[in-house]
Amino acid sequence: MAMVDRTRELEPLAAEERRSIGWEGGSALQMLTESERRFAETGRYCGVEDLEMKRNDPIRFEKIFSRLRGGLVTARETALNISASPIVKEIGELCFALYTPEGDSVALSTGIIVHVHTMSDAIKFMIRQGYEENPGIEPGDIFTNNDAMIGDVHNADVQTIVPIFWQEELIGWAAGVTHEIDIGAKTPGSVPIGPISRYEDGIDLPAKKIGSNDELWRDHVLAGLKGTRTPMYWTLDEKTRLAGCHMIREAVERVILEEGIDTYKQFMREVIEDGRRSFISRLRELTVPGRYRAAAFTDLPFAKEEQLPSYARKDTMMHAPVELRITRDGVMELDYDGASSWGYHSANCTPSSMQGALWVQLTQTLICNDKVNDGAYLGLRQNFPPGTWANHSNPQASTGNAWFFLIPSYTGFIKSLSRSLQARGFVEEVLAPYGLTANAFQGGGIDQYGRQSATTNFGLSCVGGGAKMVLDGLDYAAAMWNPEGDMGDMEMWELIEPFLYLSQRVKPNTAGPGRHRGGSGYECLRLAWKTPFYEMQNIGNGRCFIQAGLWGGYPAATGYRHNIRNTNLLELAAEQTPFPVREPDPADSALAREITGDHQFDIETTTLPEVMREGDLYLCMFRGGAGTGDPLERSYRSVMDDIEGDYLLPRYAESVYGVVPGDERRTEERRAEIRTRRGEQAVPVREWMQSERERILARDMIEPVQRMYAESMRLSERWAKEFRDFWDLPEDFEFDVPTPEVDLAKTLLGAS
Amino acid sequence: MKLDKDTLRDLVDEKLPRAQVRAIQSGYKDTDRFDKYVEILQERVTWDDPIVLPFGEHLFIVSKGSGSYLVKCDCGHEFCDYRENWKLEALINVRDTVEELREIYPDKMHGDPRWNVLREYFCPGCRTLLEVEAVPPGYPPVHDFVPDLEGFYLDWLGRPLPA
Repeated sequence: MAMVDRTRELEPLAAEERRSIGWEGGSALQMLTESERRFAETGRYCGVEDLEMKRNDPIRFEKIFSRLRGGLVTARETALNISASPIVKEIGELCFALYTPEGDSVALSTGIIVHVHTMSDAIKFMIRQGYEENPGIEPGDIFTNNDAMIGDVHNADVQTIVPIFWQEELIGWAAGVTHEIDIGAKTPGSVPIGPISRYEDGIDLPAKKIGSNDELWRDHVLAGLKGTRTPMYWTLDEKTRLAGCHMIREAVERVILEEGIDTYKQFMREVIEDGRRSFISRLRELTVPGRYRAAAFTDLPFAKEEQLPSYARKDTMMHAPVELRITRDGVMELDYDGASSWGYHSANCTPSSMQGALWVQLTQTLICNDKVNDGAYLGLRQNFPPGTWANHSNPQASTGNAWFFLIPSYTGFIKSLSRSLQARGFVEEVLAPYGLTANAFQGGGIDQYGRQSATTNFGLSCVGGGAKMVLDGLDYAAAMWNPEGDMGDMEMWELIEPFLYLSQRVKPNTAGPGRHRGGSGYECLRLAWKTPFYEMQNIGNGRCFIQAGLWGGYPAATGYRHNIRNTNLLELAAEQTPFPVREPDPADSALAREITGDHQFDIETTTLPEVMREGDLYLCMFRGGAGTGDPLERSYRSVMDDIEGDYLLPRYAESVYGVVPGDERRTEERRAEIRTRRGEQAVPVREWMQSERERILARDMIEPVQRMYAESMRLSERWAKEFRDFWDLPEDFEFDVPTPEVDLAKTLLGAS
Repeated sequence: MKLDKDTLRDLVDEKLPRAQVRAIQSGYKDTDRFDKYVEILQERVTWDDPIVLPFGEHLFIVSKGSGSYLVKCDCGHEFCDYRENWKLEALINVRDTVEELREIYPDKMHGDPRWNVLREYFCPGCRTLLEVEAVPPGYPPVHDFVPDLEGFYLDWLGRPLPA
């Protein structure tokens, strides 16, 4: 404490009248501009050529990094105990990061590290917008942001950002993010499916100063209490973030006291340049240069939602034609050219959200072993074309549930990277596409205590992982956006949600089949309990597979909805009559047979809120991951284990895997028969292309698919030409459907 | 982590205990992995064309001499030049009806074939399922991977492409 107390004595100096907060008398903006100029000129972070400290004193270099990293992890592990939200406290949906004065990340904690880069965007925004002059950046100040156009994924990810000073100079920023359980949007929860414009996305904090002298301003605190359906969680989460930031500041101050400010400054520059070089060397060590492609899709069916305005009431198909390029000189390029349009829904993304997702994928693949900081980001190039869902470029567009499109789209990145890893021989690193983190059990109303409440259940952070090349995928244990898969405790969720768990167990056939199957999803059957009304949504894919597996591996199953209202379940319980608590096979559902009531049993898996009351049932189905390899090559024993473990319904052993349960010899015969049948049923691709071309010329496809093609073609001349060239279509070929969102995007982009 | 050829062979053949796979995943990577992997694969195929690049399960890019590099299946079937999309020379089965999709997935877990179909690409030689696509009707077959062979060999491995 003595050392930290000493640093406090220095702060009054920084609070005096000062000319600027940057180094050597300059401003923070000048530092940022200079840093970017040097990188543009040299290709090296801040122009650093010689990693002098690392070269001359590597132990000291590593020790400083470890101490900062340890400070960040400690801040996270300690601060999360302040929170009461299961999302933060149980699941760990928070992270902290340390930045340079210019906003480049130096080191980060564990947790939802998507936000390491989004918070970097927010800091740079404040610097570029002249916050140094107005509202001022002073020691003890507190800033916040949750604006995806500035630097975030969606409103529910709320950031706290604290500048760190040493004497009169800004020497960095500490920042933390938590995922809120409710963000006060048009519909309850944290990933609201209801908003169609940003005015419905909930609490809006576009890079604001919210405190000074290490205390939150009262007007901000009061506004937070009024802005969300869950004010207690909001308040405690804010204290969590602030406490963590202050712990990080102290950790930095201790390092500076012991190592000296000049050493710390040099360290920051070198460690980021080291991160950049490390990323490039990893790329060259693990991958093969070339061009990779993997298209992802998902469905957003809103035509049925009568309460929406007419312009938003339509079915949308998201198109993500992901192209990954690895250049000979070791640069990774991610290109979404050809993506479909932004829309009047909450699944739009911004460049910051897309970069955040890229970041979290990289840290779980290429840079999981090395120093993780913004150095890696400097080895990347991205193209998220304006006007597409990946970069909506519309100041009025909603991003409330940006993850809904973002998650499926990044399956293309993982799939492409895996092709590269296999080509290089790193078979242990190969991963098929992960599972969509859905269904989102989300809603709000009157809870079991008679209070107004809202929830987003983070059981969704444990869906199936993608199959590996040498192992099956992780069962119910992974989320693409958080490397620490954790579904939380049912008991905790039951405390805050007026829904009891009647069951939670493996969901058969959710995994994508393959020589190695994907990880399995699971299901929960929830009984509405002691609530007069709770408005519940469903969120997830029902019409589209998001992405197929690798090398013969199939995609994970799509989802479905089975919610039952006005049930006889409580009567059955009172009579002590056994009742079903699970649905392993929707084609043979005991719930459908034995529970009376109003069944919603269909593939309407993304819906606006609909009321549920005590006695109603909600089946929450979590998705699996995709497979790798030809299913006929899966071992007989593995298929039998899948049946015995409830991962596979027995009748699919034969139709998918060619396995005759209980008879390994007949299995071989059956597999040979299936191979023969494949040859009889399949046709040469070029022959099939002729009939497919005729279908395109006849526009023989449903309107949402035609509109998806029309949007992509109108937003990208290159994609349109490639599409026409491939199918040998007339130069003026078009899908004759209106695309008003594209028209507006072009107007907005033309105006800007 | 130094991974010898026998251990790599066991890794490929899935004979290693899970803890050892985990250690290999977390460890530093062996710098000569590519050459060892290609050697193992080359020992297993029944043909003599030099493997230039592993190209997914069952497929390889091989040298045919005179600067010609083809996509080839381990069964011996040759598809096309590596810069072309081998899928166009494959056999295809499209699952675009509910009945066909229900051979793979239960009712209500197979999507809507009006939105999204499954395409299965088979090797014409051995009928192995080489790729599956989940795409809307009319989507061009995805050209998954076009390696920069010359850049990889000359610039990254520091040696010429196998003749």
